[in-house]
Amino acid sequence: MSPPGGQSPASTPLLRVEHLTMRFGGLTAVDDVSFEAADRQITAIIGPNGAGKTTVFNCLTGFYKPTVGRLTLEHPDRGRHLLERMEGYQIPQHAGVARTFQNIRLFGAMSVLENLVVAQHNALMRASGYTFTGLLGGRGYRRAEREAVELARYWLDLVRLTDRADEPAGSLPYGGQRRLEIARAMCTRPVLLCLDEPAAGLNPRESAELRDLLLHIRDRERVGLLLIEHDMTVVMSISDHIVVLDYGRKIADGEPREIRDDPNVIRAYLGEEEDEALPPEVVADRQSARQPGC
Amino acid sequence: MGYFLQQLVNGVTLGMIYGLIAIGYTMVYGIIGMINFAHGEIFMIGAFVSLIGFMLLGLAGVTWVPAMLLIVLVATMALTAVYGWALERVAYRPLRNSPRLAALITAIGMSIFLQNYVQLLQGARVKPLQPVVSGGFAFLADGDFTVNLSYLQLIIIVVTFALMVGFTYLITRTAFGRAQRACQQDLGMAALVGVNVNHTIAFTFVIGASLASVAGLMFLLNYGVIDFYIGFLAGIKAFTAAVLGGIGSLPGAMLGGLLIGLIEAFWSAYFTVEYKDVAAFSILVLVLIFRPTGLLGKPDVEKV
Amino acid sequence: MTATVQTPGRAATPPPRPLDRRRLLVDAALTALVVLALSFALVGFKIEDVPGGLDLLLRFDDVVVAAALAFLVRLGVDLLGAGRPLPVLATSLALAGALAGLLVAEQGQTEPGALTRWLPFGAVVVDWLVVMIALGFAARAAADLWRRRATVAPVATEASTIAATLRVATRVLGPLLLGVAVTLPFLPEVDRRILDIAILVVTYVMLGWGLNIVVGLAGLLDLGYVAFYAVGAYSYALLAQSFGFGFWTCLPFAGIMAGFAGILLGFPVLRLRGDYLAIVTLGFGEIVRVVLLNWYQFTGGPDGISGIPRPTFFGLELTRTASGGGETFHGFFGLTYSPTDRIIYLYYIVLALALLTNAFTMRIRKLPIGRAWEALREDEIACRSLGINPRNTKLTAFSIGAMFGGFGGAFFATRQGFISPESFTFIESAIILAIVVLGGMGSQIGVVFAAVLLIGLPEIFRDLQQYRMLAFGGAMVVIMLWRPRGLLARRRPTIHLPPEGAGR
Repeated sequence: MSPPGGQSPASTPLLRVEHLTMRFGGLTAVDDVSFEAADRQITAIIGPNGAGKTTVFNCLTGFYKPTVGRLTLEHPDRGRHLLERMEGYQIPQHAGVARTFQNIRLFGAMSVLENLVVAQHNALMRASGYTFTGLLGGRGYRRAEREAVELARYWLDLVRLTDRADEPAGSLPYGGQRRLEIARAMCTRPVLLCLDEPAAGLNPRESAELRDLLLHIRDRERVGLLLIEHDMTVVMSISDHIVVLDYGRKIADGEPREIRDDPNVIRAYLGEEEDEALPPEVVADRQSARQPGC
Repeated sequence: MGYFLQQLVNGVTLGMIYGLIAIGYTMVYGIIGMINFAHGEIFMIGAFVSLIGFMLLGLAGVTWVPAMLLIVLVATMALTAVYGWALERVAYRPLRNSPRLAALITAIGMSIFLQNYVQLLQGARVKPLQPVVSGGFAFLADGDFTVNLSYLQLIIIVVTFALMVGFTYLITRTAFGRAQRACQQDLGMAALVGVNVNHTIAFTFVIGASLASVAGLMFLLNYGVIDFYIGFLAGIKAFTAAVLGGIGSLPGAMLGGLLIGLIEAFWSAYFTVEYKDVAAFSILVLVLIFRPTGLLGKPDVEKV
Repeated sequence: MTATVQTPGRAATPPPRPLDRRRLLVDAALTALVVLALSFALVGFKIEDVPGGLDLLLRFDDVVVAAALAFLVRLGVDLLGAGRPLPVLATSLALAGALAGLLVAEQGQTEPGALTRWLPFGAVVVDWLVVMIALGFAARAAADLWRRRATVAPVATEASTIAATLRVATRVLGPLLLGVAVTLPFLPEVDRRILDIAILVVTYVMLGWGLNIVVGLAGLLDLGYVAFYAVGAYSYALLAQSFGFGFWTCLPFAGIMAGFAGILLGFPVLRLRGDYLAIVTLGFGEIVRVVLLNWYQFTGGPDGISGIPRPTFFGLELTRTASGGGETFHGFFGLTYSPTDRIIYLYYIVLALALLTNAFTMRIRKLPIGRAWEALREDEIACRSLGINPRNTKLTAFSIGAMFGGFGGAFFATRQGFISPESFTFIESAIILAIVVLGGMGSQIGVVFAAVLLIGLPEIFRDLQQYRMLAFGGAMVVIMLWRPRGLLARRRPTIHLPPEGAGR
């Protein structure tokens, strides 16, 4: 199978999606979509509501089994994995794909710190001898737990939640919950982080912070990011690569500059009637006006 | 063949009773998403009210059977409906926004309470009733085996069908039915567009209770003995029926009831009577494992 | 779930508003009418067994009294809500006084029944209940009155005070309860009857703690817990009967068998969610009971299994005379034989089992598997996205909970010496679940409170046998309405962020 369209980075891509198709009964939510995401780069998936973006995420993270398609993840540390053949929980465990959710899914009654420690479940399970030696109070487990807490502290500092570490996650304000969810996903030590509308509902200041956080994850943590986002200011300013979906099909794929000027994209966002291509700032503005805070 | 048909008749009769109870479960589950554990006790109360009704009529000298049946039917439905209403008002409405387990525990508590309330008031002994409707006709002769359809079974089947027609009309054609279906879809949204959610839920309990009371009446007529404990097993089996048919689906409840009735009748006839309850529960377990939404339930797509 | 306990409503005492008398009366009349309809058939007529059939007995006086009381109660509630405590106080005190006077006079009467016709309802207990309710109204009304007099209303801080008191109370109460539990057999006034009740309560505490793993931590609604209890009991009884093994040999086996049963059931059904899981476990519980009832050759059917051996103390028997070559406990230690010894020993066994369950739970909550259970309770989808295997995680919770149920069952068998399917009905599952939920899901000490409340109190008032289950069901409803999250719904995090640089 030849690599599908779009420009491929020099090295092998971290994630390669080939001919992904997902049907629900008669509805085809994703129709023959192929794209690649490079390591240590931010790849954004954009498109109007109902374009199938979250469905792509759900296929990648094992919540849906794709009707057709191959999803290959390849990383020097993790090896090569065919995601469509794996159970949902194995994908984060073995392939190193972590995700956040459009409607935040934290463990609300558990403390902020516990949320981050639960994310390191598999490593801690091994350290606790699958509970048997842990029950007896082994030294190895205590050390592993201390390390887990230190990793959690690192992320708590980064997302500025250190002083709320012992409070229930459900009591955090909205922006804090969004940041905590990203920190929790990062605590699984992923190679690919999938973010489903991380900027939704954030105010401009929080949005700017989020941008810095994502850039930190890309540059310092050396993780590839896959990003679904409606906030075009965020998308255009940090993405290395953009994939545009409309009605389940890929209509464009390229660098932000190319996407900005692509007539197909403008048509998808603004409708067929618009003849003249509008400046991208207008596109972005109309876009965010069309989807207020979702 | 004759034996088979006879079991079919018996199973359908039994299934009608389960189906009527199952509707109450499925409606309540559909609208507020809880298992109304006390629903079996409502059925039991219906049976007791019917028994008292028949005895009163006997004392009053009413002996014309159709009049007896009609009077007892109406009185039981009315009086038992009040229990359904009070149950919702006292035990469930205050907990509507509480953790779901809380409502389940009050439901179990109510079930224990009502059982012992009836036991205390009416005694623990089994209460027999002289047959009210007797006789029947042979409806098919197969060699030396005749299939009998008693008048009682005929009445049960006819009354259930009549109730089902009325009930279907109520749900599909009336304002209450619209409100009820709207609440099933989305309680909050229904309230926003002006549906009186409290009334609708209360009325759902009233309808469910009156249908269960008819089932109680039929149980009394069919078996001739009742005690304060009959609600538990009948309730669980009716719930099984509701799940089997697809919880939330009204035709499903009736279908599930019929299937459970038939399974029980045939199992008792061809295998061992002792394990008939095991058969019903095993079917429940199998259905839930292989088709968790039941036979007629809507598939429930996991939202991520 | 937060540290503050929320007490709903009840801000400051409502200021007196102009009374809408008509509405008040209509409200009360409607309530009375509903009660009239409820009680008309079932209270109004009693089906009596007479030779040759049944007869109806009229009890309309009770119906009328019930409706009148309902009228008064509704009126009282409305009046309190409208800020008029004075008439409520007067009426309820008058009513309580009159009724209590009659009841006391009736008891002192040499010729019983002389005053009975002036008393509503045939049962003295119900009359006393009416007195209690009236006194409750009086107390509430008096509190409202007092609060209005007080210049500074302390109401605003009430909720937080209760929370603080509870927090302190639970910290002190845990060790205190433990102390009482350990020394109980040697406390004054503790006789055999109280020890029997204590054994029963501790058994339920243990079962509650076991089920708490499944329901409270992992959030799996199990309505068939009694099945595992039965598996444990029958495992021990059958092993003892067939192979002559003793209690201590069989105890681990009973637990393992029950845990294995948990895996067998859990494997296919644990992917079901919420209520579906509840109903399947309920069905499983019933299946186990019916099989025990009908598998005559193996289980003895409805006759059950009798002659189950009592536990020995390192091989010493706690009987008056030892059976076949054994030695007795009192003989070995040179004590005088007392039949209470055996009861005390049983008490300590079940206490040890319960404490083991508790220690296990406290420990495993701090292990990754325990945290994964709680995470699973909160959000299964999020768990999958973090690489937690939901099925295995649930299965461990289910089978570990079942294992403790099995231990409890083995203890039950050895205590009773006789078991039959009668003891393993759905109501047992419901009671254990009620203890967990009423206590406040996941709260260990809450289970203790709920068990004492639901098991201990009814046992102490055993004279009122016929009202026991009625009160039990009623209590379940009332407590849930009062505190829908359980008596002590508080969750302490399993790990705290240590200060920077600590422990490195």
